This record gives sequence, C-alpha cells and structure tokens, in this order.
Amino acid sequence: MRPGPSAPRVLIVDDHQLFRAGVRSELEGLVDIAGDAATVDDAVREIESIRPDVVLLDVHMPEGGGVEVIRRAAAEGDPPRFLALSVSDAAEDVIAVIRAGARGYVTKSISGPELADAVRRVNEGDAVFSPKLAGFVLDAFAGGPPAPAATADHDAELDQLTPREREVLRHLARGYMYKEIALRLGISAKTVEAHVSAVLRKLQLSNRHELSRWAVERRLVE
Amino acid sequence: MEAVTATRQAPVLRRDTNNRVIAGVCSGLARHIGVDPLIVRVAFVAAASAGGIGVAIYLLAWVFVPAGDAPARPVRLRTGRGTVEIALGVALLALSVLLTFRALGLLFSDVIVWPLVLVAAGAALLWRQTFGGGWGGSAARPDAPAAPAHPLSPRPAEVAPRTPADRAALISRAGLGVALVIAAGFVFLSASGALSAARDVVLSVLVVAVVLGVIFAPVVMRLVRSLTEERAERIRSQERAEMAAHLHDSVLQTLALVQQRADDPRAVTALARRQERELRSWLTRRVDAGPLRLGRALEVAASEVERDHGVVVDVVAVGDADLDARGEALVAAAREAMVNAAKFGAGSPVDVYAETSEDELQVYVRDRGPGFDASALPADRRGVRESIVGRMGRHGGRAAIHSGPGAGTEVELTMPRSVS
Repeated sequence: MRPGPSAPRVLIVDDHQLFRAGVRSELEGLVDIAGDAATVDDAVREIESIRPDVVLLDVHMPEGGGVEVIRRAAAEGDPPRFLALSVSDAAEDVIAVIRAGARGYVTKSISGPELADAVRRVNEGDAVFSPKLAGFVLDAFAGGPPAPAATADHDAELDQLTPREREVLRHLARGYMYKEIALRLGISAKTVEAHVSAVLRKLQLSNRHELSRWAVERRLVE
Repeated sequence: MEAVTATRQAPVLRRDTNNRVIAGVCSGLARHIGVDPLIVRVAFVAAASAGGIGVAIYLLAWVFVPAGDAPARPVRLRTGRGTVEIALGVALLALSVLLTFRALGLLFSDVIVWPLVLVAAGAALLWRQTFGGGWGGSAARPDAPAAPAHPLSPRPAEVAPRTPADRAALISRAGLGVALVIAAGFVFLSASGALSAARDVVLSVLVVAVVLGVIFAPVVMRLVRSLTEERAERIRSQERAEMAAHLHDSVLQTLALVQQRADDPRAVTALARRQERELRSWLTRRVDAGPLRLGRALEVAASEVERDHGVVVDVVAVGDADLDARGEALVAAAREAMVNAAKFGAGSPVDVYAETSEDELQVYVRDRGPGFDASALPADRRGVRESIVGRMGRHGGRAAIHSGPGAGTEVELTMPRSVS
C-alpha cells in the first residue's frame, strides 16, 4: 500500500537505530517517510535539505536532545512541525519540548495507526495531547490565576484555562478521542481541535510558575 | 495562595513617608492604631520634653519600622516584621519599667538603663529567631502552609526557611540582635569607665587572632576544600552503588525472567510492562515518598491489575490527596473497576483518570471494549453492584456506570472529601 499524494512527509529523529527501524515499519504505507537522523546535527541538516512536513522527534538524545533540534531548526527559519515521541512521561520532559515549540507529545508505546493519525493531525496544524500531557496541563493550571506577571505586556488570559478547555482536557485525560469528546460535549470536532490548539498556545506562552519550573528542571539535567 | 490576601485587623505598622514631619513615625503609628496623627505627635512631643523618652522612642521606631505603604507586603517578610516588632516592644517595655524604677528613685542609674534596654531588644530578636514561634508569632502567621504538619516536627514554619531570601532575612535579623547586645556591653563598659582597661585586652587578643589567621588561613582553606571534595565524591559513589544495587534487583532480574519465558509473549509483555512501571517510579522517586497517597495508590492498583490480567492500565492523576478510610474505599472501588475493565474490555488499554478538588475526589476508569446495555446489567457483571456501587455508597460516595454497545464502558466514582 502506498501513501496517498497528500500524505505528510516525515523525518524520524532518534538516536536508537532499532527504534527508527521500528517506527519506519509501523508507519510504512500510512505516511511518506522522507528520511531519518540519529543525532542533533544530522537532524538539523536533514530538515534543511529534505524539508519534511512533520518531524518525529525523540526527546532524549545526546547533545541537547529534541529541544535543541527544535531550537536550531527555528533559528534557520521556516521550521517544520514537530511531534515529540519519547519513552519518558516525566512532566519536565513533556513540558520542556512543548514549550520549545513541539505541536504534540506521544509516548513510544503508541500503536502504528494511532501514531500515523497523530502525524496527520500535527501536519494539519492541530495539537496532539496524550492523556498524560492533558493531566500535566490540568495540574499546572490548577487553582486560581498566578501572581500578576512581571512584564506589563504579558497577556493574563494565557495563565488560565477556560471552563470549556478544562472540560476538553479532562476528557482527553480520561482517554477519549476528539470525535468522542465532540459527541459528549455537543460541539463539533473542529471546535474540540480549536480548544486543544488554544491550550497548546497557552502551554507555550504562559509564564505560570509550574510550567517554567518544569522547563527549567529539564535544562538543568541536560 | 488565598492566604496572601488574608487581612489583618489593623493596617501594618509602617512609617508613613507621605505625611511625614521627620520620618513618618507618628503618622504611621496613628494609621496603625487608627487615631489622628496630631494626637500621636502631641504625645511624642510631650514625652520628648519629659526627660527625652519621646526622642528615644522616635529614634528606635525610625530604625525598626520600615517605610512605605501598609498593604501588600511580600509574604516572606511577615515573620521578619513580627520579630522586629516584638524586639521593639520588648525594648520599650524594658525602658518603661526601668524609667519607672528610676523615677521612684529605686536601684537604677543611667549607667544601667540604656544597656539593659539594648540587651532586652537584642535578646528578644535572638530568642525569637532561635525558638521560632515561641511567643505566639507563628500561631498568628497567616501564610502557614495548610498541609498537615508532621506531628513530630515541633515548629513548622520559621525554623527552616525555605528560600535563600528568607534565610538572608533571618541572618540579618540575628546579626542585628547580636549587634544590639554587643552595643549594650560597650555602652555599659564606657559608662562605668571600664572600657579603657577592656580595650587593652581586646586589642592584644585581636592582634594574636589576626596573626594566627594569616598563618593558618591557607591550611584551613585547603582542609575545608578537600573535605568538601571528599564528601561529594562519597555521595557520588554511594549513588552509584545504590543505582547498581537497584538495577541488579530489578532490571537484571526481569531480563533473566524474560529469557526464561521467551516462548510466552504474553508473559514477556507483562514482565516488561511491570519493569517499566517500576523503573519509572524509581526514576521519579515516588516510591519512598512517605505514606501512600491517592495517585500512588491507584498506580499500585493499576500495576497489580496489569500483572494479573495482562492488560495495559494507564493512570493519569491531577492533584493528589492523603488517603483516609473514604479514600481507601475509593481506591478499592477503582481497583475493582479496573479489574472489570481488564476482564470485559476485550484487551483494550484501560485509562484511569483521578482528579482531586477541594471538596471531592473523582476517579474515572474507562475501557474501549464492546460495552453493554447499561440498563440490562449482564448476569456475569453483577459483582459490580456490590464491590463498586455498594462500597462507594457505604462511604458516602457515588458510582455511575456509563456504557453502550460498541462505546466502551466508563465507571465514574465520586467521593466527598472528609472535613478535616
């Protein structure tokens, strides 16, 4: 089976050869695999030369890991979309890579078809949240708004979730798919996607204490 | 952090520099006790003309009372303000007692009055610093953490400051206390004429100290540094040993089992999954974090269900809570729901979501199996009624089961939190 002409072109970045091969065979026929890379340097070079739509990015790699790839690709201008893929589900890993600019986060135990679906959604500009990530976000945004930000131009709205966004996240954390959430909340799947994208934006831009703390902890470790 | 907004009855005592004549002490005090500044000023002038007490009090207040607007103090300064206020209060109290004695012609001369006042203030600072809330200070501390204090820890808040800023404030207050007591000693010595004799002694001691310091400083420095390095190295090697021991007990053990059971993919999957879960929790150090709390208890239940039924159970917990009898009933019911989901979910992964809010705990257990018509509970699932619905009901909670053919099954458990 060949992927259709509209299938996203994917670059696989992971320092484990076995895992790259595994993902390749899982995704074969579902998306267009344009190449793979084993190091941060290789990844940046490949992104530059083959210009993939979506980069499947391992979080833990030598020399800075996925966060470093995103940072350097963004510095080159016109970066592709990143979907982080990791064995880790520690908050600091997830939050760090999302705040660096990834559009989603899934764990390596995800099945082939689910991963292909996640790649397609990221390619279309949606955000992909695993139940674990949804849980972290709810945790980080729990309670009232944080103390007013130090910078005057900071948008306070970024530091809080709307009740609807919270509801969507709770369903994600309970393991529901977008379509099921739409059905249960009586809204369209597009609206669910819009809510999740809004949450992603807040996750990246908010300066809530928990988020920056998690992001910083990761940097200290590496 | 609602405690930040908790208000005191009177405005915090601050020097009011906006309405000041000299340093804003009078208008600040007036605002603190809620009277017209003029009254306070007149009182001070009267006290100043009566033997200079007013001047002394004014100067003390100038030194100890910070300037500024009363509200919105940073939280970490609260204890500091309490300490300084108490020191000031003790000094004034001592002063008034001694002055009363002097006015009555009893015992005390000026030689002893001022040193005693300074000693009282300094001692008050130091005692309060060392013994934390001994004087009711921390009981009134509005931002004390709401978390249950360990019954064995005597003084929760002030003894162990958590941030460097707290520690700096603590040290500077202790330093102020020491300085006050030393100053008292000097005042006493100079007033009683013993200072010049003392000076000779102090000078020679000082010279000897400097000489010794110059000679031994490099040696001491090197000793301290090598001790620090040695300690760091010891910690590192201890950590290595601990990690090696752990890997040996767990990962290597599992790998050996995997090799033995290589012909049984189900068993291998279960072994790998259990090891993964165990290693993860070891890496994030949740295992040794004291008593079992809700999130961890659900993880344990999930891992048991995974082991017994060979189905993946993922737990996501938002917030966490200590477990009382109700919490334990909730975990037991959730475990039962996981077992059901594993048995009847046709091998689909089971999602467990727990949320802790102020007044209740909620757990959702969901599978993506064939589901069933909830209105006609199949005979083989009757156990659900007793072990889940009944158990929740007995502890004041609720259980709801949502299912439909082809839509999977979700068990929703809600337990109100005990009022503590």
